[in-house]
Amino acid sequence: MSRPPLVVTASPHLAGPDSTPRIMWNVVGSLVPVVAIATYYFGPSALLVVTAATLGAVIPEHFFGKRGSLGDGSAAITGILLGLTLPAGIPLWMAFLGGAFSIAFGKIVFGGLGQNPFNPALLGRAFLQAAFPVALTTWPAREGASWWSLAGDNFALPLMRAAPDAATGATPLGLLKFEGTKTDVGELYLGSIPGSTGETAAIVILLCGAYLAWRRYLNWRVPVGIFATVAVFSGLLYVTDVSDADPLFMLGSGGLVIGAVYMATDMVTSPVTHKGAWIFAIGIGFLVVVIRVWGGLAEGVQYAILLMNALVPFINRATQPKVFGTRREGTAA
Amino acid sequence: MAELLWILLSAMVVNNFTLYYFLGLCPFMGVSGRVGTAIRMGAANIFVLVITSTCAWFLNTFVLEHAPYLRVISFIVVIASLVQIVEMAVKKLSPVLFRQLGIFLPLITTNCAILGLAIFQTNRGYGFLEGLAFAIGAGLGLTLALILMASIREDAETADVPGIAKGTAMVLIVAGSLSLAFMGFAGLLSSA
Repeated sequence: MSRPPLVVTASPHLAGPDSTPRIMWNVVGSLVPVVAIATYYFGPSALLVVTAATLGAVIPEHFFGKRGSLGDGSAAITGILLGLTLPAGIPLWMAFLGGAFSIAFGKIVFGGLGQNPFNPALLGRAFLQAAFPVALTTWPAREGASWWSLAGDNFALPLMRAAPDAATGATPLGLLKFEGTKTDVGELYLGSIPGSTGETAAIVILLCGAYLAWRRYLNWRVPVGIFATVAVFSGLLYVTDVSDADPLFMLGSGGLVIGAVYMATDMVTSPVTHKGAWIFAIGIGFLVVVIRVWGGLAEGVQYAILLMNALVPFINRATQPKVFGTRREGTAA
Repeated sequence: MAELLWILLSAMVVNNFTLYYFLGLCPFMGVSGRVGTAIRMGAANIFVLVITSTCAWFLNTFVLEHAPYLRVISFIVVIASLVQIVEMAVKKLSPVLFRQLGIFLPLITTNCAILGLAIFQTNRGYGFLEGLAFAIGAGLGLTLALILMASIREDAETADVPGIAKGTAMVLIVAGSLSLAFMGFAGLLSSA
């Protein structure tokens, strides 16, 4: 059989090796060390929570998502990321529900991958925080407990009161905001601090992010812009004595690192242009500091990212690159 | 001056009328399909809210002292008729402005955001200037919510939305998501 002499197709004609599933599964792979370190610090509970959230995300995607959309790995990412933003002691059914909400209301109703305005994992977390504020702000204290012990009442049933015997602690941000004590900065970056499963060990997350940026699976401008804005803005407030948190503390505490590296860089819900990415990043950094310093909540990363997600259609419109080779509007043809 | 700015910002962002109090939902659902229309709707809203605030202050100071039980009904009647009169005046004096805002004005007058503003203002004991700042802030907040909703809806038009979520369902889901995002501002500026 001879090949046809001329094949006429639409552009693009050159295809790189990267495809959506390949990128997504790479991101899943880069999350493995983060989950591992979370499990190391928080015990089996962390793994259970991440698994429950992932199952919650994957099951609706399988039944209600587009045909074959489970294979691209994006639902798994949403679930794992949601699990990493939850406290280790949360009842598993809540984590499952959050994952299901993320995918069903954050993604499927908008038409699936690539069409959702908000980051699904963060939407799921905001939903959980609105629905179960106590469970979402109960941070297990791990000091002195054996590694095998659960971090909380993970197996509580829906509508049942969770057993209140677990030891709890406050996050560094909560300690600073509500009690005025400051955690040692070294602990923030390397150590075991109370918080969400993915909040500890900022260094590991940064390394994973650097890998993704090197593979060009995330736009380095977004995390760099966020870190720079937070550092400069919180530095100004620290120098002028408005807030007690120095820039290193602000950068290392809470969900800033995982938010900036994994949530804000979501390809779907971040601006498409580089200029837009800078605006988006600066906006997130600014809002994070505003909410942390003046807001009623100790942590503001998820809301800052969701708010900037809402502005992305605007940023995209405002930063449209110039089209060369056409006449300016208003000039005579 | 600083206090007025706090009132304005608080009404605009933190206690956003649409996303926090769920007031003014009809224009939020109905007229948020295009960014251009949303901006005009927002402008008309600011306009009516300022009139409302002035009316409510006037009624509270000079009339309702003697008959507090007439509060709600007098708010509605006075505001609605004044907006109608202003609409006629605008139609006569500035046809261009009328074409921009005109269609929306009668729609807004009977909106819950309008009555809500008058009642909030009364309950919080705002004076004239404070009320004005509150009204402008609330109007800007409504405009912000409308524009955000419209830009998301414009983008969603090209999306492959499943049949079950098309139309109003989609708008409600986006509204809920926006409201969740705005929860981040809770407690901000609460000293004002």
